Amino acid sequence: MSTDTTDTTAGRTGRGRAAPLAAAPAPGGAPGPQPGLSRAQDSAIGTVRRGFGLSPEFRAGLGVTLVFAVIATLGRVLVPIAVQQAVDRGIATGTPDTGFVIAMVLVCAVGVVVTSVCAYQMNVRLYRATESGLATLRRKAFRHIHDLSVLTQNTERKGALVSRVTSDVDQVSSFMQSGGLMLIISIGQLLIATVLMAVYSWQLTLVVWVCFLPLMLAVRYFQRWLSGAYLVVRERAGDMLGAISETVVGASVIRAHGTEERTSERIDATVADMRRAQVRAQRLSAFTFPTTEMVAAITNASVVVVGVLLGVDGDISPGGLVAFLFLVTLFVAPLAAATEVLNEAQNAIAGWRRVLGVLDTVPDIADPADAGVSLPRGPIRVEFRGVGYAYPGGPPVLHGVDEAIEPGTRVAVVGETGSGKTTFAKLLTRMMDPVEGRVLVDGTDLREVRFDNLRSRIVMVPQEGFLFDSTLRENLEFGRPGATDDELRSALTELGLADWLDGLAHGLDTPVGERGESLSAGERQLVALARAYLADPDLLVLDEATSAVDPATEVRLQRAIEGLTRGRTTVSIAHRLSTAQAADEVIVFDRGRVVQRGPHRELAGRPGVYAALNASWTRQQQL
Amino acid sequence: MAGEWREQMADGAGAARTPTRGRVFTRGLYVLWTAIRTEPGPFGLAMFGAVLHATVTVGSASVLGYITSEIILPSLRAGDTTAAALWTAAGLLLGVGVLKATGLAFRRLFAGLMQYRMQAHYRRRVSHTFLRLPLAWHHRHPTGQLLSNAGSDVEAAWQPLAPLPMAIGTAYMLVIAAASMLITDLVLALVGFLVFPAIALLNYVYQHRLSPLATRAQALRARVSEVAHESFDGALVVKTLGREDAETERFTAAASRLRDAQIKVGRVRGMFDPVMEALPNLGVLVVLLVGVLRIEGGAMTPGELVQFAFLFTLLAFPIRSFGWILGDLPRAVVGWDRMQAVLTARGSTAYGTARLPAGQAPGGVAVTAEGVTFGYEDGYRDASGADRDGISAGDLGGGPDPGEGGTGPRTTVLHGVDLAIPPGRTVAIVGPTGAGKSTLASLLLRLVDPDSGTLRYDGTDLRELAKGEISRTAALVPQTTFVFDDTVRENIALGAPATDGEIWTALRLAHADAFVRALPDGLDSRLGERGTSLSGGQRQRIALARALVRRPRLLVLDDATSAVDPQVEEHILTGLRRADLAATVVVIAYRRSTIALADEVVYLEGGRVVATGTHDELTERVEGYRRLVTAYQRDEEQRAAEAAAGLRTEPTDVEESEAVA
Repeated sequence: MSTDTTDTTAGRTGRGRAAPLAAAPAPGGAPGPQPGLSRAQDSAIGTVRRGFGLSPEFRAGLGVTLVFAVIATLGRVLVPIAVQQAVDRGIATGTPDTGFVIAMVLVCAVGVVVTSVCAYQMNVRLYRATESGLATLRRKAFRHIHDLSVLTQNTERKGALVSRVTSDVDQVSSFMQSGGLMLIISIGQLLIATVLMAVYSWQLTLVVWVCFLPLMLAVRYFQRWLSGAYLVVRERAGDMLGAISETVVGASVIRAHGTEERTSERIDATVADMRRAQVRAQRLSAFTFPTTEMVAAITNASVVVVGVLLGVDGDISPGGLVAFLFLVTLFVAPLAAATEVLNEAQNAIAGWRRVLGVLDTVPDIADPADAGVSLPRGPIRVEFRGVGYAYPGGPPVLHGVDEAIEPGTRVAVVGETGSGKTTFAKLLTRMMDPVEGRVLVDGTDLREVRFDNLRSRIVMVPQEGFLFDSTLRENLEFGRPGATDDELRSALTELGLADWLDGLAHGLDTPVGERGESLSAGERQLVALARAYLADPDLLVLDEATSAVDPATEVRLQRAIEGLTRGRTTVSIAHRLSTAQAADEVIVFDRGRVVQRGPHRELAGRPGVYAALNASWTRQQQL
Repeated sequence: MAGEWREQMADGAGAARTPTRGRVFTRGLYVLWTAIRTEPGPFGLAMFGAVLHATVTVGSASVLGYITSEIILPSLRAGDTTAAALWTAAGLLLGVGVLKATGLAFRRLFAGLMQYRMQAHYRRRVSHTFLRLPLAWHHRHPTGQLLSNAGSDVEAAWQPLAPLPMAIGTAYMLVIAAASMLITDLVLALVGFLVFPAIALLNYVYQHRLSPLATRAQALRARVSEVAHESFDGALVVKTLGREDAETERFTAAASRLRDAQIKVGRVRGMFDPVMEALPNLGVLVVLLVGVLRIEGGAMTPGELVQFAFLFTLLAFPIRSFGWILGDLPRAVVGWDRMQAVLTARGSTAYGTARLPAGQAPGGVAVTAEGVTFGYEDGYRDASGADRDGISAGDLGGGPDPGEGGTGPRTTVLHGVDLAIPPGRTVAIVGPTGAGKSTLASLLLRLVDPDSGTLRYDGTDLRELAKGEISRTAALVPQTTFVFDDTVRENIALGAPATDGEIWTALRLAHADAFVRALPDGLDSRLGERGTSLSGGQRQRIALARALVRRPRLLVLDDATSAVDPQVEEHILTGLRRADLAATVVVIAYRRSTIALADEVVYLEGGRVVATGTHDELTERVEGYRRLVTAYQRDEEQRAAEAAAGLRTEPTDVEESEAVA
């Protein structure tokens, strides 16, 4: 009588057919020797326990929910028992005990209603607890990712980081909302069904277990095959969407070089791979699921045969045998769902491990927070003492840098690509910590300065002026939250950008597009610079901040910044030596070392790295 | 669920609007019919499985009833049984099992096959359309939306195919069950006719209530991932300005909205499941009650009653498949519409048939522009920042329609630009930030078409040239380029038949050979998202090599060395000059050294050609040009003067009052 249960599974998975696509493309597989995020190594139970610890909401009111769950599970056996009783006490004898059947039906009906109410309560409580817990988990992971250093953020690809706070958490979600409880209920149901079956006939119970034991053992293998197959599907889906996204993101390159044909071949290949993987997974599931159906049929046949033989000897009543067949249904249902529940459990644990992996990654650039010090306002003095740096697993890129930058001075940092300029800037702003030596600001080790203080006093304008997909106004406000339009306007005016602003059709309301791409590269840099200027730092670090701006604007910005930052410390990294000419001092990097230092005029006249750079630059200007 | 691509898929599903109900149903059926027509084979086989399964399922109730009344009860009453009876029972039950398993396997396998094939067809069609549509179309549509067209929209459109055979099988099963109930007992059949429609109706109500909530939750999920994506993308900016707390707040707001939406979904779902389980159970109880009375009255046998009860439990579940289909249909229709919007998008680049004589051109092409005017649509999306704050129910209906042509207000970037570049000449286009230089570059390659005016190669209008003709003739090196997730070799060749020797030559000329050689696998090193990430300067050099390897007859360099340091830039420029390319070259530049490559300079300001001439002429004649190209020099001189005077005055340069753009 187990016939409807396989349908349950079929339907479930019919529903879940989107699952391979809805599931993660196994993120976190970033290759390479770099230090990625750690992966939590706890056992399955340990992972779940830690997961619960992170989201206290999961536990809130869990006791009451479990009570509802127990009642809901117990309620499931009401109807099979009712059928058995009706058959046994009335029908099979040929002279039905009508009064008894009516009373029983009424009692069971009330029972069914109570069960439903409890199940509803249980579901709602579970949803609330789960979703609240997951929102907390997302927030914690998100915050932690921002706390990680630039270095860690780069090693783990951005997409993988995003999936830590989205898909990985979602994987926990479906398990927590239904799977986890279904697992408990299923085991409960198996036990209850077994006990009830045993009440009717221990011999038949044994028959059922003998028939199902091989399936129970096989389910783990089925699950392993299936999850393996769906993992491949997810990977193929990732490849496919990656290929399709190239047609969108790289549209102009494809047009410009006329590589449409090659691109569409690549897409077709990944689409075909994806379909093949889907069909393969589907074939596996189409052959494993009917197995339950077959086992159920074998069980039913055995129960009928053995049951009749027992009944003939008077060991079981006709009603008892019919009821037993209904109970087998109850027994099969959780097994039919087991593959899926196990899969969900495995995914949830994998998801949790990845999120825990993020949270376990100790921020290598830690905020001393309340234990740290705050620097008083005013121009900042910077000192590098024996600073060396090497990217993890890589050769040293900076060696024994001993330099001091006096408060209120303007320093330019120059050197060839790969000479260590940008590393210097990142150490200066504590995007990274030195491997050896110390960076001191106003005599205090940079590592001891509280982040809220550090980030408001030392601001860097990075090379690529990343803008948020919003308006110009909101992007500028990012530098000074709550700034009025007048403040924003006057900042742009002070930087000499008033005319540019007036030239925009929508002024401060101009949408800048995804990553600011509605603006030209030069304009993005102007906004990024204004944004940093609005933050009003005491030490401003410009990393090629005006590389895409036209010379006249650049010179004017330079002049404006000089005026505006008078009394502050500025460090500019530049390819264009115009910046160096304007600086009080130039620090020249070559192969990770500071090789020269002094005013432009002085260095330009002395043979060396700077003179060579300057010669190139001058030649370019004179041509 | 998701992964890095998933959020992009989810995005845009948010813009799914729920069309009116009646139309959804008929249009949904049309979508399903399209699939059946396209894949009749798998559909037929899935239907065979579904019908087999349904028949046997209904039949199994009779088998069980038969076994109960003909084998179990007589044997137990008599206290004796025969081997034949037992074999019959076992054989019947096993036979039922085998047939049902077979039906199930067929139904699942071929329903899946059909669904996946349809997904694959439409993924290919949508992405091929992306390749066909002009860049202007691409500019109008956000990346996330296009990705969701090929991802989640395709998936949504074909989602109902999974339960379709089961639902048709169930409908068939219901008919048989109804008939068999009517034959067995009229009174009990009435109970069935009350309960089953109730289940179907409940399903419909459920899907109807759940669908908008689920769509909203889906949109909010996409939003959470958008916020995370953008925030991590801009992590450096967030960090440098110490805005982690504010960003966490922004993210938490999005996550909380998702949480609330999910809890609402949970309420509906949490109500539905118990009711769906209770209904057939109550039905069985009613059957028992009525059945006992009927047996008492001698109107039916115990076996028939068992069969009835069984039929009830049997049909309760498959009836849900109607609910799934009905629930999936609105999303399917929206997905289909969004797909169709791409597939039927107008404005695909029209190509002519003209060809440029390829062989006879040792030099480059002659390039002319006459009265070229071009404008961008004002921000392809709503300019309001409200989008950042959240999604209101109304927003779900919004979202740009992928199919519409650009008709919005436009900001004109170029006004009546005229150019005449003789073959083999090198022309520099110079102008302040935002003057329209890059736009002009796109026009020269026909990445976009002008709003008015004409561009020609060797006298042929670009619009009349055959497909592939322009990319065979011209190459653009943009300011920032896209690196494909592929090897260095493939990134340079991009499918062009280039030998390794030619690739190395191009790399050498682009001054990229040294760093490529230093990569672990040389030309075979993987770049892009899952490979080595390159610095801005390195990417520029890859882009340059990509262009050079094609030996273009028109080379357009759009500030292509801005991220390269001066010495390397000097080497590159010297190399290009020496290479004596047989090409017309257009360079967009600020720097004197780059301008020095040019025979002629076009000075652009505010989208207009202000002057054309040699560098010396323009320096002489054009104030704006002089200021621009001599900015560094004059700055230097002025600083020298200031230093000499021992002064450090505020800058008093005339440029103070000058416009940026």
